[in-house]
Amino acid sequence: MCSAAVQCSMGTMAKHPFFDEIYGTSGGKTPRPGFEKLAQWLSETGTEELRARQGAAETAFRQLGITFAVYGDDDAAERIIPFDIVPRLFTAPEWSRLSSGLEQRVHALNAFMQDVYGDRKILKAGIIPEELILANSQFCIPMVGHKPPHGIYTHISGIDLVRTGPDEFYILEDNARTPSGVSYMMENREAMIRLCPELFELLPIRPVDCYADNLRAMMVSVAPPRSGSNPVCVLLTPGRFNSAYYEHSFLADNVGIELVEAADLQVDDDVVWMMTIEGRKRVDVIYRRIDDDYIDPLVFRPDSMLGVPGLMAAYFAGNVTIVNAPGTGISDDKAIYSYMPEIVRFYSGEEAKLPIVETWRCREPAALQYVLDHMAELVIKLVDGSGGYGMLVGPASTKQQIADFRRALLAEPHRYIAQPTLALSTVPTLVEAGIAPRHVDFRPFVLSGSNGTVITPGGLTRVALAEGSLVVNSSQGGGTKDSLVLHDTGNA
Amino acid sequence: MLSRTASSLYWLGRYIERAEFTGRLVEATVRLDAMSARPAGEGAWAGALAVVGAESRFAATGHAISQKHVSQFLTLDPLNSGSVRCCIDAARDNARAVRTALSRDAWESINRAWLGLHRRSKAGDTQATISLVEGVVTEARAFEGAMHRMLRNEAHWLMRLGMAMERGDNSARLIDVKYHLLLPQGESVGGPIDRDQWTTILHTVSAVTAYRWLYRDGLRPSSVAEMLILRTEMPRSLAASAEEVVLMLNAIGKLTGMQGEADRLARTRQLSLGRRHINSIIIGGLHEFLGEYIVGNAALDQAIAKQFRFP
Repeated sequence: MCSAAVQCSMGTMAKHPFFDEIYGTSGGKTPRPGFEKLAQWLSETGTEELRARQGAAETAFRQLGITFAVYGDDDAAERIIPFDIVPRLFTAPEWSRLSSGLEQRVHALNAFMQDVYGDRKILKAGIIPEELILANSQFCIPMVGHKPPHGIYTHISGIDLVRTGPDEFYILEDNARTPSGVSYMMENREAMIRLCPELFELLPIRPVDCYADNLRAMMVSVAPPRSGSNPVCVLLTPGRFNSAYYEHSFLADNVGIELVEAADLQVDDDVVWMMTIEGRKRVDVIYRRIDDDYIDPLVFRPDSMLGVPGLMAAYFAGNVTIVNAPGTGISDDKAIYSYMPEIVRFYSGEEAKLPIVETWRCREPAALQYVLDHMAELVIKLVDGSGGYGMLVGPASTKQQIADFRRALLAEPHRYIAQPTLALSTVPTLVEAGIAPRHVDFRPFVLSGSNGTVITPGGLTRVALAEGSLVVNSSQGGGTKDSLVLHDTGNA
Repeated sequence: MLSRTASSLYWLGRYIERAEFTGRLVEATVRLDAMSARPAGEGAWAGALAVVGAESRFAATGHAISQKHVSQFLTLDPLNSGSVRCCIDAARDNARAVRTALSRDAWESINRAWLGLHRRSKAGDTQATISLVEGVVTEARAFEGAMHRMLRNEAHWLMRLGMAMERGDNSARLIDVKYHLLLPQGESVGGPIDRDQWTTILHTVSAVTAYRWLYRDGLRPSSVAEMLILRTEMPRSLAASAEEVVLMLNAIGKLTGMQGEADRLARTRQLSLGRRHINSIIIGGLHEFLGEYIVGNAALDQAIAKQFRFP
């Protein structure tokens, strides 16, 4: 659960009020059309009652062990991510617009990978500089010339979105490797149904528990052709010390597949087997929650203890499907991000329905000049950096920091991109002092199989619990909210 | 089912059972010592250590044998691998590894037991110790209840198999130690201290009332031994454990269509227990009999691990 892309700055935005998901720009006075019932529920339920229910939810989460581990922090080895009881809501028209944008985006990501690992038409057409792909550390050389079963690369995508106004949604990041957080979508909904059942009578809310069935159907649909109608699917986890282990076990349980570790698998003559009490059993589809680098020590990192030796050979022999395919990291790379509008246009012939955040590529002289002139307003990042390293948040930096960064930028401009700071939307949130607006982002989950693309009506809303903060990461005090999507009743 | 999962489930069952047994042992010893009109003192606590085979591990702590130190050692000591805390830790660790095989209720009971002990550092006085044990016993019951409402699949049978194997081992150790070590020199069989000792055994296996139902004629060591060894109506008896192990292995065999050495050993043991009488066991040497049972149980444990390909 980390996206380092949400930056913090109050600088230029203080003039305009932030857009609130329930109240728009009315300053908390008038709900937006379609949000009246939710606003009324919020005021009628009252802060104290909400606080009591939220406490019950957190106790339940702790008992269930919905925790994430924090490495190196022994006492708090298992923490729960704070859950906020005030949900965020999407109306049916909002959702349908988002869905079609997400579908277009994921199709483009898939087409892009088929192409860069295949004919490289997009490079020949000069849309993207060749070295940006071929010299990229995320470009998975062993995948070149290998088409995954059914031609699908990113079976499960978690697309991070932010919003700045009623119609202003932006894609912040495409998580096309092994996106996490879907268990929160489902568990938060369970908690809401139990604690606030009246909300579900009040509003026509679409369920999210179909995700597990959809995930299973997707996995079955991408099984190697030889595996018949009832393929054996498994979820491969690094093990119970992994920070997202709860989610792995939750998904395996809900989908009804075995949760395996590398030691449970064995590759023999390019066929993957799992060790069971009845002997070994052939495996057809592996939903791996292990990074590319670790899945097969014979092909990737030789020191990996988490991987299965020979897995890639079995994959290339067409005997097993890996979900998501190795090499998807090239599509959600920061260096590629700014080309996404062109990528969408190139493969679909349409304009991107969901825009990206305006991005200046410092490799281009005009963009570099603009960035140099506006350093104090922009967020500037290394394309191959992560976790906030090599990043300048202009409005939050001193003159000295800006001057230092300027030198680094001028030395290697091709390694940097710049973006404006965003005025993230807010949602009313239960805090110490009562209910107050807090900034949010949103991660919906998109499944792509040979049976089509399915978007579960919901997702993970992350909220920055500190006042004014735009950092929603769970490792930095972020919490989660349920994300409700309304049925189209014609009068929502 | 994955072999690794099977192993975790089996050990989950064993650890839960062991945690409860150790907890009950502490509680019964507290009764024997602190709460009794004739405190049994140090001997009672030395006996408790002997039952779980932890005399040398306790000696290594450098503490004197006393209620305070032994009950702390048996309940919360993180360095004593057999303490209630360590058993619950190990049970939860195994449960985490097999989350998918457990129902939500079953997991929650283990996690609650773990949370209950997590922040506790001292067993405390008599009352606090008893309430600690009660907390663990309550969650062990909740776990068992949840387990009985789970789907009757391999996971269910494997946990029960682990519990039955552990239970037989625990009961054998309890009878063995109490029968031989606890009767102080010069005290006549059937005297007041002897009576307290036997009541302690019954408390440990929560069978005081059961005994009265089965034997209307007062407390007699041979009757207690018979109940705990041969009576299949008594769930903690060796015979009942042996029977349960056979049933669990049969159930798994039905699902997988395979049986093996473990099934054979388990059936042999059940049959031979069914043919024994308590008098012949006592005449032949109860200690020897129990020793053989414990060794046989360990061999069966090995056969189970091999049959199900535990990693």
